[in-house]
Amino acid sequence: MGWHLIRGYALLVYVFMFLPVAVVVLLSFNASQFGSFPITGVSLRWFGELAQNEAILRAFRTSIILGLLTALISTTLGVLASLALVRYRVPGENVISTLLIAPILVPEVVLAVALLLFLNFLGVNKSFGLLLFGHVIFTLPFVILVVQARLMAIRRDVEEAAMSLGASPVQTFFQITLPLMLPAVLAGALFAFTISFDDITGTLFWKPGGVETVPTQIFAMLRNSISPEINALGTVMIVMTVGLPLLGAAAARILSKKSGT
Amino acid sequence: MPPIFTILIIYLLNENHLPKVPSNPNCLTATLRDILMSIEARERRQPWILLSPALTAITLLLFVPLLFIVVYSFWLRTATGADQSGFFLDNWREALSDPFYRDILLFTLKIAAITTLVCAVMGYPAAYFIARSRGNKAVLLLLLMLPFWISYIIRTMSWINILGVSGALNTFLIWTGVISEPIQMLYNQTTVILGLVHFLLPFMILNVFVSLDGIDVTLEDAATSLGATRWEAFVQVTLPLSLPGLAAGGLLCFVLAAGTYITPLVLGGPTDAMFANLVYEAIITQLNWPLGSALSLMLLAVLGLLVMIYNRYLGMAQLMKGLG
Repeated sequence: MGWHLIRGYALLVYVFMFLPVAVVVLLSFNASQFGSFPITGVSLRWFGELAQNEAILRAFRTSIILGLLTALISTTLGVLASLALVRYRVPGENVISTLLIAPILVPEVVLAVALLLFLNFLGVNKSFGLLLFGHVIFTLPFVILVVQARLMAIRRDVEEAAMSLGASPVQTFFQITLPLMLPAVLAGALFAFTISFDDITGTLFWKPGGVETVPTQIFAMLRNSISPEINALGTVMIVMTVGLPLLGAAAARILSKKSGT
Repeated sequence: MPPIFTILIIYLLNENHLPKVPSNPNCLTATLRDILMSIEARERRQPWILLSPALTAITLLLFVPLLFIVVYSFWLRTATGADQSGFFLDNWREALSDPFYRDILLFTLKIAAITTLVCAVMGYPAAYFIARSRGNKAVLLLLLMLPFWISYIIRTMSWINILGVSGALNTFLIWTGVISEPIQMLYNQTTVILGLVHFLLPFMILNVFVSLDGIDVTLEDAATSLGATRWEAFVQVTLPLSLPGLAAGGLLCFVLAAGTYITPLVLGGPTDAMFANLVYEAIITQLNWPLGSALSLMLLAVLGLLVMIYNRYLGMAQLMKGLG
């Protein structure tokens, strides 16, 4: 009896989480002029308008380039640091771990202000570069946490076994370490990309005038009223940010199956 | 993929430091000692080589900037041109004594506290359900993680579709005849909290789940077999054991809620500004950077104090578990 109650409650919580999102998707296919209820018919019209909207396409380009560069840098730094923490006994490991995840512990607004003011003092104005620095610094802790968790699962003795059987360090890296590490690297990169792609709190502080990412573009459009285009854009973003990690998880699974772990 | 190349280069560079074993057996012991020492030195040095890029980035892009705004908060804003450097207490006097700032700080803490409480009440049973359900835990967790991946701004604005004047709820109520004119349900304190709960609930559920999942189910069975009712077993055994997860989730919810300015801008009315909105106003709208620095540091101090109290009693490990 109690269990049924809990299950019903949990179901309601899930509905609460998904209902608003479902409504966004539903309304994005609405043919009605105003993009709100009642739904008058099914149409792809708003997606068509979206594809014509120069500002949104520009925002998409900016977000994707920013996300890719952030993922690249953040993952490089994160994987190196994680290797050090997982593979070696480092004196003061706890302190270092805390330092490395400090960007999550500082409220993002404060991080945004500090970075903006400091880099401005150094002569770096609001620019794409500032955005990139900002995104790297606050995605880094997430990458480290994800990659570290995955790296723990790789056992060092597999490498040692390869070496003791006569493999050179190069062979060992390519045939053992890299395939085992790849899922962790990909997971970290994907995480960094998604967080960067989604960020608005810091981005609003760092972006130069006239440059918009997808979230800041949506935010700017909300100032007027909620247009059907925003719902369509929301649907596209949901597909991107949910579909990509799912694909990534699937890819990681296949990769790790192939490498036999 | 360049990250992989970088890792490869560093890896190979370091593997090649291994000295070659000499052919002359006479000096073997000495060389052995050298080899051991050099391996040891390498083992000591290598992690620092690997850590240095990340630590440098965090130092230059987080710690130094934080110290810089401490200095900046004592500068003075001038009407034209650059801010005047020096040691002025004006910003701090304004930030600490003006009741306007104090009221908004208290309002912010109140909103964050209510949000955290609602998250706990909604999240705990859901997490318990996932942790104790048989078989499909992974799917249930994955479902829960999906909203995590959906854009924050989309999730926030999605409530306008539901509660707006021409939103789902108003349309439904008019259709059923309960009301004849749409009512304005948006842009108040309640909708700000609603948006925050919707954003933060997965953090709470995940943390509680991690904690509950680590508790041996048979403990509860043992308690019931010793005469406790299921409810007593839960309250006296499971609940206390899961408190660290609840605390970690609570801390995350509170800190994230108290640091937001987007949700009040999208779902709040004109009087629902939170502390981070003041920071945004000072920095972006008024371009009063010295005052903005002082306000940022105030927010950091209040929330940092919470994190420190948490760390003192519970440690960071639990928090890491839930984030990873």
